[in-house]
Amino acid sequence: MLLQQIINGLTVGGVYALIALGYTLVYGILELINFAHGEIYMIGAYLGFIFLGIFTASGLTQYSLILSLFLTFVMSIIVCSAYGFTIEKLAYKPLRNAPRLNPLISAIGVSIFLQNYVMLTQGATDKVFPHVIPVTKIEFSNVTMTTLQLFIIIVSLLLMTMLHLFIMKTKTGKAMRAVAQDKVMASLLGIDIDRIISVTFIIGSGLAAVAGLMVAMYYGLVNYSIGYIAGIKAFTAAVLGGIWSIPGAMVGGFLLGLIESLGASYLSSEYKDAYAFIVLILILLVKPTGLFGRSEGDKR
Amino acid sequence: MKKLIFMLWLSVLSMPFMGIKGGIYLFLGILASYGIYFLLVNIFGKINKPAIPVNIKFIFTALIAVSFIFPFLVKDYYTDVAILVCIYIILALGVNIVIGYSGLLHLGFAAFYGIGAYTNALLTTHFGFGFWSALPLTLIVTSVSGFLLAVPSFRLRGDYLAIVTLGFGEIIRLVLNNWDSVTRGPNGISNIPSPFILGFEISSLMSYYYLVLFFVFLAAFIVNRVHRSRTGRAWLSIREDETAAEAMGINTKKYKFMALTFGAFWAGLAGALFASKMHFVSPESFSFMESVFVVCMIILGGLGSIPGVILGSLILVLLPELLREFQSYRMLALGIGLVLMMIFRPQGLIRSKDA
Repeated sequence: MLLQQIINGLTVGGVYALIALGYTLVYGILELINFAHGEIYMIGAYLGFIFLGIFTASGLTQYSLILSLFLTFVMSIIVCSAYGFTIEKLAYKPLRNAPRLNPLISAIGVSIFLQNYVMLTQGATDKVFPHVIPVTKIEFSNVTMTTLQLFIIIVSLLLMTMLHLFIMKTKTGKAMRAVAQDKVMASLLGIDIDRIISVTFIIGSGLAAVAGLMVAMYYGLVNYSIGYIAGIKAFTAAVLGGIWSIPGAMVGGFLLGLIESLGASYLSSEYKDAYAFIVLILILLVKPTGLFGRSEGDKR
Repeated sequence: MKKLIFMLWLSVLSMPFMGIKGGIYLFLGILASYGIYFLLVNIFGKINKPAIPVNIKFIFTALIAVSFIFPFLVKDYYTDVAILVCIYIILALGVNIVIGYSGLLHLGFAAFYGIGAYTNALLTTHFGFGFWSALPLTLIVTSVSGFLLAVPSFRLRGDYLAIVTLGFGEIIRLVLNNWDSVTRGPNGISNIPSPFILGFEISSLMSYYYLVLFFVFLAAFIVNRVHRSRTGRAWLSIREDETAAEAMGINTKKYKFMALTFGAFWAGLAGALFASKMHFVSPESFSFMESVFVVCMIILGGLGSIPGVILGSLILVLLPELLREFQSYRMLALGIGLVLMMIFRPQGLIRSKDA
């Protein structure tokens, strides 16, 4: 029972961690809670549903499942990244020097817009994700784990490691860290701030797309309203781990997933969604820098 | 050319969701609206600053005059809408104290509204209180909850406070939704009685309208007086620069307590009025969207400006009612509207004098 809940928690936690990375990157660079990020995740789930539907209809899935799944992932990541890129250019860039509340409200506007845009174009009812992926159960002693769960945990760990290496080893990653530390100084040193911000949004949205797709496969359902609550939880995960810390977002995501799944099974499942908020409020009041965060003095 | 590519980009982006046909229509739609805009600009010249040319004072005097005889002029349906507008004005005035004056971005105000409505509903249906005897208790409960929620605002600023208050709002909604033995969960509480004045039941739309109108005037008057007092100036100084305010000897903690308590007070009043108007409350009415909706009102009208808040509530409640047939598009428009507002006119329709 306990081990089972831990496995379930880790699965959901991996997804939270992937979304949390998008928050943490954007917050690190722009100091903006990108409320629309949860919506990007929801769009990722829908895109997976749409593209897989197209591939199945065109017969590609029957021909080669692996290829069509791979293409679904690739297409969703590309389109989601394009959405993230466009949103930044349209809704946040004009507000870069405005008071801090303005981009936040603009982000809420984008979030409302995207939710209703998807609802109007795709309908308000739950969409059933096609059951094309064969799921086998792996059992040891009395614990069951599906291949899908294993897949989600492995993919999320893999992507996080890749992102960590990207930030730490590549030139663009170095530039991102520089911009996060000091925008003015970075631009004086010849770093193209606009480009770095765009890259950040593209990476964050791509990760959210993967998260959305995996959740859609895991639960088998997509709905236009999943983005808001997942977004808030992922943000909690980011804050829990410490904002602008990639290992922090990973640990925060997994921890939050565990707290939720254990809380739901041992305390009360009705308040499942409330645990994230309670955790969030407690951390912000007790240790606002999170587990791995740096102290930023006056900024918060 | 650049604009054309941009339009093409947008329509390509929309294709997965709207289909290839839908994407092409969107492209043509954007192109056409841009063409019309281009023509209009060429004919009428550039739109100069979106200043409001008419005298605001005159409009408001007229509005107040009309508000007194409004129910006699229109059908019952519009009186009903007007009551809703009034309730939202009271709520928005409360939110305006916290966000507009003190600059604390609070995204969980629906919680206070909900606490007010539920306290009123429970006291009147379970404990046999009347509206008027329940009102002071309701206001005390909501004010105390506001007082308690001021604590996070000491350590957190800006968007962190926003997310904590959002969480608080969600927790309250979840409690209302799941605490079945008291709140009856998603079914809500029904049969909430109407208020009585001197033995007369205020149940007809017209009498309720006047009751709510009285509270709107009361709220606008008191909030305005407080805004111009020493307390109001202290709030403004916290909004402008908290560190400087503290350096000037303002007890920021005390004034944050006051702002949230006072703001929650009006939200509680709005909630109580809402409950006894609808005779029914359920958790759905107090969701996160409700908080955002009220924040939109004060941003649209103009943060920190009482005429602005009133105008914003008027517009945002009336528009969806008038555009019933486009109902599904109204949230879409609200989202775009918020973004455009932030980019082109962040100070709102009526700029506050001390902004």
